[in-house]
Formats: sequence, structure tokens, C-alpha cells
Amino acid sequence: MAEPRAPTPIRVLIAKPGLDGHDRGAKVVARALRDAGMEVIYAGLRQTPEEIVESAIEEDVDLIGLSCLSGAHMALFPRVLKLLKTRKVRDVPVFAGGIIPDDDAKRLRRIGIKAVFGPGTTLEEIVRTARGIARHRT
Amino acid sequence: MTVPRALPAEARAVVRGDRRALAQLITRIESRDPSVAPILRALHPRTGHATVVGLTGPLGVGKSSLVNVLLAHLRSLGKTVAVVAVDPSSPFTGGSVLGDRIRLERDPGDAGVFIRSMASRGRAGGVATATREVVRLLDAAHYDVVLVETVGSGQVDIEIRDVASTSVVVLVPHLGDEVQTLKAGLFEIADVFCVNKSDLPGADAAAKDLSELAGLGAARDGWRPVVVSASARDKTGVTELWTAIEAHEAFLDAEPGRRAEADRRRIANELVELVRDRVAREAAERLQADPSHGKLLDEVAERRLDPRTAADRIYERTHGSSSRTRRR
Repeated sequence: MAEPRAPTPIRVLIAKPGLDGHDRGAKVVARALRDAGMEVIYAGLRQTPEEIVESAIEEDVDLIGLSCLSGAHMALFPRVLKLLKTRKVRDVPVFAGGIIPDDDAKRLRRIGIKAVFGPGTTLEEIVRTARGIARHRT
Repeated sequence: MTVPRALPAEARAVVRGDRRALAQLITRIESRDPSVAPILRALHPRTGHATVVGLTGPLGVGKSSLVNVLLAHLRSLGKTVAVVAVDPSSPFTGGSVLGDRIRLERDPGDAGVFIRSMASRGRAGGVATATREVVRLLDAAHYDVVLVETVGSGQVDIEIRDVASTSVVVLVPHLGDEVQTLKAGLFEIADVFCVNKSDLPGADAAAKDLSELAGLGAARDGWRPVVVSASARDKTGVTELWTAIEAHEAFLDAEPGRRAEADRRRIANELVELVRDRVAREAAERLQADPSHGKLLDEVAERRLDPRTAADRIYERTHGSSSRTRRR
């Protein structure tokens, strides 16, 4: 007889690549996703792209959220995407938040970042988007 | 290493050291995917080699920070290490924030380390039912040491003994007077006491109280808990902590049958728990499907029936129907 399967919460990694110490936004988002019933692996400040990708693999997450307020997003976010590709992680979407100029946001979306959130985005919108883009387990 | 063809593909991947396959299997164990059963069955004979160390203790005593310094120490000794860090799930939303990785520093290219955060997902006792199976998987994946860090729930967080061969209870100075150490629960399960934050005043007194406690009673199963002081911040006492853990492991191996007996005790508990889990889940499902269940609830709420009588009726109904279907 098949045992009933427990519903699996969405697992999401929230990490801050780069050297700035402004983690309030990342924490607020982590908490909102938690309250939406997700399991949030909070990796915290000053994560290298290599660390982020390794954490994503070990934690088998369905979604990665990156936050950066140092201005280095155009160096760091594409590096995370590239490493994910190198490690053959193709099905885990990435979203981003921080102080990101519109032109940069466009370019980030073009290279594969699924959503870019700037200041003033509501938590409802972030939660809704996260649910929509997270990898769905079959 | 040769890997026999008879193993299922996922099991082979784990034995080969495929980190992604390992991570994905852990997820399936956590979500109680029934299709992992044959994989776990195939891997079971390959387990029993890892040293499984549990770290438990109240919220904020520095368990993650201690795991971090232990991890570095073990890597310097050339041992491969897996860490399972359990944090609580919200009883309201089922969500959780798993924050133990923040304290764990490691070289992301180091294949000798594997870290996994787990949410307790509503299972009581601090260590999830799934934890045992995850630990076994890591064992089969050849990690020398598996460090299990429990939810910091405090006095009743004692299930770790059912998972780990050595249990470390982590405490800090000023957690209460020496009478606290006489209380049942947390203080009874320690093979090793670690007084963390020993850079703070009061650490010597705390260590002394614990040493007295350890010396008071008869040694449990012939082992007297060892007390060590450490400071994860200053990175002191780590060698002593590992030495104490190894001393307990050596004690288990010092006499033939001692470790086997401890193993059997853990397995006995696990088997009971697995059966209970399944019976409870099936009962809950049958109850939900049973229209008369709501009526029974009403009767108790309106004080026409007492909860025990109602429970007896439910038991007879669910139990009776299950044994009938089995016999058929």
C-alpha cells in the first residue's frame, strides 16, 4: 500500500553576494516567504557565487533569491547563473532584489534572472512571483 | 571503488559521491516519497560506518558555531564531514527560516563537506523522523563523521539519543542554579557536556556544577559524562571536545557487544516509531473520510460524550476496518 505523501514546501535559498552589509531587505523577504509557508535557507551576508551555488545544490532548493546593494550586481548575478550552468543545475530559477537600475534589470532578465525587484515592491508581489517561478516538483 | 550493478541508479550515484543526487534523495526522504524505500533498502547494508554525533541544547547556546569549529577541526584531521542542521517549522504556516548555514564557513570546492538544513516539519522532539534516514544516507555516502544539530528546544530535546552514537549537550554559563542540572531530560542524555562561551564570566562555575552532577549518580551504562569548556568565538576547547567525543566512541568499542547493544536500542525505537507513524497517518486519513467523525466531535463539544469514549469508538472503527481489509 502506498503511503500518503506529505506536501513538500517550496525550498528557497536567500543569499547576499557581494560586500555590502545591508541585509535588511533580504531578511524581510526571507520572513515573508516563511510566512507564506516556504522553507527559507538563509545563507546571509558576503556569500561568494561559488558558495551560493554549492548551498543551492546541497539544499536542493526550488528557487534562489539574490540581494545586492553594493552596485556589483552586474558582476555577481551573471556569475551565479554561469556557475549554475557549469554545475548542470538548469531547473532552479533565480530572482534578484536590491538597488538595480532599470537598464541593468533588463539585461539581467535577458540573461535569465526571472524577476528583479527594486525598492517599493510589495511583499505580496514577491511572494506571488516566487510561487509562480519556483521549480515545481513532479 | 567498485559499485555493484545491482544497486538502483540513485543509490549508485550516492555511493559514487554525486552531491546533487544525494541532495535530491534527502528531499524525497523529507517529503516521505514512498519511492525512496527500495533505494534506502539497497543502501542499508552499506551503513554503520560513520560516527554520528548529536549536538543539542537550548536556543542560542552556540550549537551552530560549535559545529562550525568542529567541522574545521575534523577537516584538519582529514575526516570527511556531513552536517544536518534542524530548525523549527512554523506550526501556523508550515514555513521556516533555516539559518544555520550563516555560521558554517567552508570552502565551497571541498567535496569532503556536505551541509544540509532540515525543517522539523511539525515532528516533536527536535529531531525529525526523517533525520535518521538522512543520516544513514550520508553514512552510505562515505562521510566519516555526521554532525546532527537539533532544534534548540531546551528541556525535552532528547530524541537525539535515538539518532547519534554520542550526544553532546551544549550549555552556557548562567542557565540556572545547580538544581537545574538535577532535573530530568536534557541533563540525562549527555555523553559529553560542553560549556560553550567559556570566555564569559561564570563558565568555570557552570563546568564545576556539571562535573559534580556527572559524579553524583551511578554512571549510566558504565559511562560517566565528560565535561569540557569551549569557546566557539575564540576557537578554544575544540580539540578537547573532539577528544571527549572520541573517548565515548572508544568506550562503546572497548567491550564486545556494547556498541551493538546501543544500536539495537535505537533501532527498536525507530521501528516502533515507523509503525506508529504509519498507523497514525492512516487513522487520520480514515477519520477525515468518515462522515460520522464530525458528529462525534459535536457530541464531545456539546458535552454529551467524553473524549475518551469518543476516542475508543474511533479506535474501534478505524482499527476494526483495517484488520478486516487485511484479512480479506
